[in-house]
Parts: sequence; C-alpha cells; structure tokens
Amino acid sequence: MNSWQLWRSVLAKDLRIAARRRSDALNPLMFLLMVVTLFPLGIGPGPDILERIAPGIIWVAALLATLLGLDRLFKDDYNDGSLEQLCLLPEPLAYTLTAKVAAHWLLSGLPLVLLSPLLALLLNLPVDAWWALALSLLLGTPALSALGAIGAALTLQLQRGGSLVSLILLPLFIPLLIFATSAVENAGMGLDVHAQLAILAAISVLTVTLAPLAIAAAVRMSMN
Amino acid sequence: MWRWLHPYAKPEATYRLVDKLLPWFAAFTVVSLAVGMIWGLAYAPADYQQGDSYRIIYIHVPSAIFSMAAYFAMAVMGAIALIWQIKTAEWAIPAIAPVGAAMTVVALLTGAIWGKPMWGTWWVWDARLTSELILLFLYVGVMALYYAFDDVRTGAKAASILAIVGVVNLPIIHYSVEWWNTLHQGATITKFERPSIATSMLWPLLVSLLGFKLLTISLVMMRFKNELLRHELHRPWAQKELSADKELSDGV
Repeated sequence: MNSWQLWRSVLAKDLRIAARRRSDALNPLMFLLMVVTLFPLGIGPGPDILERIAPGIIWVAALLATLLGLDRLFKDDYNDGSLEQLCLLPEPLAYTLTAKVAAHWLLSGLPLVLLSPLLALLLNLPVDAWWALALSLLLGTPALSALGAIGAALTLQLQRGGSLVSLILLPLFIPLLIFATSAVENAGMGLDVHAQLAILAAISVLTVTLAPLAIAAAVRMSMN
Repeated sequence: MWRWLHPYAKPEATYRLVDKLLPWFAAFTVVSLAVGMIWGLAYAPADYQQGDSYRIIYIHVPSAIFSMAAYFAMAVMGAIALIWQIKTAEWAIPAIAPVGAAMTVVALLTGAIWGKPMWGTWWVWDARLTSELILLFLYVGVMALYYAFDDVRTGAKAASILAIVGVVNLPIIHYSVEWWNTLHQGATITKFERPSIATSMLWPLLVSLLGFKLLTISLVMMRFKNELLRHELHRPWAQKELSADKELSDGV
C-alpha cells in the first residue's frame, strides 16, 4: 500500500464510520440550525436587524458546531488503539492525520457550506451576501477543522475535555470570525470582498499546512 | 555554548543560579521602577494634546510589551522542552504564564483607563485591543491545559504545544495598528527610526521599560524557584533548602 492509498483508506474509514452512525455527524448540524433559530426568537424577527447580525450569528454557530464535532475526531480511535497503529506506520504521522482532518472537514465543514442557502434564507440575507457567506465558509472551515484537531489531540487523555477544548480553541478561531463576518457584511453593502476572502484563504492554507505538525506532536504526547 | 548550558538541565544547579541572580534583579527592579515611575508620572512634561492623562503610557506601554515578550519566552521554553526534553524548561511554563497574564491584564486595564478620557469609551473592539484580549485568553488556555492532566509532564507538553501554536497571535498584535488603521494610536518608539516622542518623555519611558522588564524577570524567577522546589521536594537538596529557610524565619 503506497502512502496515497493509505491516506485514502484512513479517510474512507472515517467516512464509513460516520455513514454507519449518522446521528454523530448530524447532531452538530441540527445544533447549528437550532442556535440560528434561537436568535430571531430572542431578538425579534425584524428583517433589518436579522440581516445585520446574520453573518455573526451564522459564523458563531459554525464555530460552536465545530467544537461539538471534535469529540469524535480522535477519541474512538484512541480508545480502540487504531490511533496507536497510525503512530507506528512508516509514513509520517502528520501526513496520515491530515486524512482524519479532511474527513472531519467533509463531515462538518462542507455541510455548513451546503446549509448556507437555508441559513441565509432564515436570516433574511440578500443573495449577494449569501455568496460571500458560502465562500467564507468554504475558505474558512478547513482552518477550523485543522485548528480543532490540535485541540482535540491535546485533550485526548482527559475524560472531560469538552470545556477545556473550547477554552483553548476559541481564541484561535477569533481571527477567522473577524475576517469572515467582515466579508459577508461588505458583500451585503455591495462592497468588494476579495481582500477578506484572500486573507481567509491565506489563514486556511497556513493552518492546513502547519497544523498537522502540532496535531502529530499532540497525538504522540497523548500516546505515552 | 552547550558545555556552559548543560549543567542547568540539573534542577539543583538551576536553582543555585536563580537564587544567586534574584537579589540583583530584584534590587535593580526596585531602583529602575522607582526612577521610571517618579520621573514619568511627576517630572516628565505634560503632552500638549493629551495633557496629564498621557502619563499612563509609563505603565501601559511597558506592560503591553512584556505581556507579549513573556508569551514569546514561554513559547521558546515550550520549544526547548519539546525538542530537548529538558525538565527545567517545562517547569518554566507555569512560572511564566501567570506573570504574563498579569501583565496582559495590567495592559488592558490601563488601556481602558487611558481610553476613557481620550476616546470617550472604556473599550472599543479595535484590532489591537481585541488581539491583546486574545493573548489573555491564550494565557488562560495554556494554564488550564497545564493543570488539567494528572501527569505533570503530559500537561507540560500539551501546554508547550499550545503555547507554540499561539505564537501566531504575537505578530498580529504587534502589527495590528499598522495593518488596520483603527482608533489605537501607532507605536511611538521604534528601533530603527527616530522615535515620534519628545526626548524628555522618551527617557522616563525607557527607564520604565527597563523596570518592567526586570520586574517581569524577577517575578518569573521567584515563581521558577518555587516550581523547582515543588518538583524536587523529594530530593535532599530541596529539603535542605527548605529547612534552611525555615530556620532562618524561626530565628527571626
């Protein structure tokens, strides 16, 4: 098995597990939808207000949904020992773990992009802003998955690491939130959004290339 | 260099070194802080635009700079701990983190107090303020992660990795006033160009900077000594050290 086949098999295994246990992958998305539903009920359904706060609500809900999904990223593999087998492979751990990060993105990041028309509709976003929202989610969520994997790997040994994961990850998520919401707001006002989207893409490229090193170090640390 | 540094992988040697240096650092801290504060707060000329309220610069700027410097030092210690597996470097992380967090809090508070008369508000969601706040969250995260594990070494490694990942925030804070043209004013002292601050105001600022630097180092050294003793409690040298301290205080 060459390294590309190995990468694909790790990815395929995670996707197959998710397909057999659909609720694990669907629950964070349902959570996201419900959080987004809470805001119009809490703030009042005025279309102007909703349009103004929509980018922030959707992105904050996306961050929270990402945190929810992180539990299953390494935990099961850690408990049944298959993560240890990945550590023993001749291929670098940082490389094989990117397959798991990619699987997490396919299960939590990509559905967000697909859900975005519905979210835009619920929050009264105009079509121009929806485009920017979908693009910002598409460009920003890979970074969320990669950074999230660092947090998940660091807290692997802890029984109840949930609150700690949010504590260490949310500060790292903040730059993404700032640029993404500013892109959507600019698009809503008919301004240029290329600058923000370019920065989002840059952050994603940087984190997706560098984070695997930190993830691998954290997984090895949890293995001893 | 390695031959010179190597003995300090041994906690006892490090403890002796810190113990020997600490009184000097502490004494110079007191002198430079006193000079810097009194000079800056009482004798430096008032600003033609900001009046006397600009004087908080003598606390705000040094604490902000060393909140970042302490984070960088912590990340370097984390890298040393991860790469060369030196235990004493691991123990430096819990020694540095609370001091750096305190510096960050001081920078945020003095900034808010400065912002009230200057901008008319305690807080704005400006790029530099936000990123300094993120720095505080990062410190909190590193500390929480360090103490979350039953095994101290695992906690130290996890905190090291997080500290290194968080370093990306430092350039964001530093360049935020240049990248985003926001409410926070630009830097007044730079290394390579003529500073945009009058010499009579610059000197007390430099002295306060030195004072805060020494203060940060001294506080870290005190905490580091405690960490060394705490981890080496079972060793004869630590017990001897502690009993010697006890006799000294009993005698007094």
